[in-house]
Order: sequence, then C-alpha cells, then structure tokens
Amino acid sequence: MEHLMHNYYEAAAVILFGIGFMNLLLQSNLIKKFIGLNIMDTAVYLFLAAKGFIYGRVAPIVTSGEAVIERFVNPVPSGLVLTGIVVSVSVTAFSLALIIRLYKVYHTFDMDEIMKLAREEEKREY
Amino acid sequence: MAKLPKGGLSRFVAWVNGEEVVDDLKHGHHKEKKTKAKYLPHLTMEQRLLGYRILGVLICSIFVLILLATVSKLPTFGSPNNPASNEVVERYIESGIEETGAINLVAGMILDYRAFDTFGESNVLFLAVISVVMLLKRDRNNFDEDDEKILNEDIDLDDEDDNIILKRFTMIIFPLITLYGVYVILNGHLSPGGGFSGGAIIGAGLILFDTAFGQSAVRKFFNFKRFTYISVGCLLTYCACKSYSFFTGANHLENIIPKGIPGNILSGGLILPLNICVGLIVACTMYGFYALFTRGEI
Repeated sequence: MEHLMHNYYEAAAVILFGIGFMNLLLQSNLIKKFIGLNIMDTAVYLFLAAKGFIYGRVAPIVTSGEAVIERFVNPVPSGLVLTGIVVSVSVTAFSLALIIRLYKVYHTFDMDEIMKLAREEEKREY
Repeated sequence: MAKLPKGGLSRFVAWVNGEEVVDDLKHGHHKEKKTKAKYLPHLTMEQRLLGYRILGVLICSIFVLILLATVSKLPTFGSPNNPASNEVVERYIESGIEETGAINLVAGMILDYRAFDTFGESNVLFLAVISVVMLLKRDRNNFDEDDEKILNEDIDLDDEDDNIILKRFTMIIFPLITLYGVYVILNGHLSPGGGFSGGAIIGAGLILFDTAFGQSAVRKFFNFKRFTYISVGCLLTYCACKSYSFFTGANHLENIIPKGIPGNILSGGLILPLNICVGLIVACTMYGFYALFTRGEI
C-alpha cells in the first residue's frame, strides 16, 4: 500500500484506464463510448511517461554539456507515446466515420437502439 | 452488386456504398425466427440491462484492483535503477549524437534507430484518412439530398455573415501559426517537437483558415488532388530515404549523406527530410479529417 503511494502516477493511470473502460462498457451512446476509449488511451500515455521519468533528470535534448546517461530521462517511452497517439487518432477518426455511417442508416447514436433495429432487420430477412 | 449472394458481404458492400439496406430487406421472406434468449430466458429486457450494468461495474472494479496490485509491485517511480533504463537507453543517450547527428535524442531515436516504426505510424495515419475518405466522401454512391440541402444552407448562412472578427483575426494569426508549425518541423532534431507536432500545428492553422473563409478559399491552394499527391509523395519519399539508409548506412557502412555539425539546422543526416515528410503527411491528414467530417469532401 505504501509502495502504491510512491507509484502514484501509475496508480492514477490505472484508475483512469478503469474509468475509460467502464465508460466504454456502460455508455450506450456510441460517441461517448469512444470518448471512453480515448480516456483509456490517455491513461496508457500517462503510464508510459511515468515509466520513463527519473527524479532530477531533464528531457533528452543535449543543448550543452556532455551526453551522459546520468543527466537525462529515458527517451524510449516518449517514442512509444508518440506511436500511441498516432494510433489513437487514427482509430478514433475511423470509428467516428463508421458511427456517422451508422447514423445515416439508423438515425440514432444509441447502441441498444441500433442493435434492436438490426435484430428486427435480421428477423425480417429470414 | 446483384450477383452477390444475399449474405453478410453484399449487405456490407451495399452499406459501405451508402445504398439503402433497410428498404431492400423489406421484400425478403417473412419467416418468424424464435427470439427466445439462450441464457436465463425468464428475465425481461430491463433486468438484462441492469444485470449487464452491474456485471460491467464489477468486472471493471476487479480489473482495476488487479492492475493496482500489479502497480504496487512495480519498480519505484522515478528511481534511476529501475529496469526500464537499461543498456539500450545508455546506448541511445551516450552515442546518439555521434550516430544520428541530432541533439534531440528522441528525434534521433524515432527517425534513425527506429525509423521503420515511424514509417509504420505514417502509414497508419494515411490508412486512417483513406478509410475516412472511403466512408464519408460524398460521391454518387454516398449522396443524400437532405444532407446536401442542409449543407448548402449552412454555406449560404456563412456567406451572409460577415464574421469580421474571425476573418480579421485569422488574417493576422494564420501566417503566424503556419510559420510556427514550419519552425517546429524544421527544428525537430534540435528542440522539442518534430514532424508530428509541427504537422498538427499546420493542420490546425488550415482548419482555422477553413472556418473563417470557407472551403472555397482553401480549395484555391489545397484540393483533393494536391492532398493525394502530397500524402503519397511524402510516404514514397520517406520509404525511399529509409530504404536507402537501410541499404547503405544501417549496416555500419558509410552513409553518403553527411551528419553535419550537431546543433545546426542542416545536420542529422536524413532526420530533417524525414521530419518534413512526416509533417506534411500529418498536416494533410488533420485537415483532411476536418474537411471530411464537416462536409464530406476535401
């Protein structure tokens, strides 16, 4: 428990991830669902950034002095966060486009309504 | 389309093309299908929904608790001895300047050591914008008269309105935003920033310009043809640069492109051109998303 207080950035990231996941599961509005997904993404960035941080060290840009490992934080998580941001933007844009197409067919953003309408459609087909 | 069997695929194709799926199905067979639920058939729909919600909260809480237990066993935050800072990090920091020529070690890492990964990212962005074009671009398959009417009304309303504050302000600030974006891209290997952030800034500037002066103004210098040429051209340039580097430099052979003096604008070998490519792709993508989502055309 005390260790959890030291790792509070990671703990916050995990809780944020849980909030996003719950949003993804419980919201029936599709746009809110994807806001939940974006909260989960943000939690992952926070986690990665926290893993790379080291007390008393600066961002890895060598403007003066020697390039020794004792001066800089870990640069690898920064690169990974960049990848994460790009993938998150792409996935969000693609899913929002799909949601717009769904709206054009069913005229609602509500997941339960869409499922109901789709089921009725399927029933009509058989 | 008619030759396809009446299955999931043809419906999906019809849906992607924006054809009315619902009406088509009305003429299908009317055989009743049993809709009794497989599990717990005595519950009503409301009870099922409530159960789903309670289960969701429970599963989420358990999930978070497990993750918190894991976090409490992770190495201490901010400690220099934790296993994440291993010999890879040491190599990146201590010989990064010598090997890549960039004083921003993150830029040196993502565009030299791990340039293939960044190429993948650019491809992901490009694929995303292609999918959005496929889904939302208004053409003869994806056409709705009501939408068209509302859109034209919006454009007319925008034309009637002077928007004097927005227009004046945009005239002052748009060049500054673009200049700042170019600065962030060109200094990607020297200061915080790089292709992705600079491209996002330029894209935001384009979006501001679009909101102030309308799409017809943007079309004068940036249309769909140019969008395609710039995106594909930059991706191909990136691919060519990086394949060249893999063939000549990545194998500890001599690279013809000089590294330059670290700290100068013209240094870092391929990092500067790669940053420019990535920046252009990101700017195109950001503006493309905005234009496609608001009006369905670039």
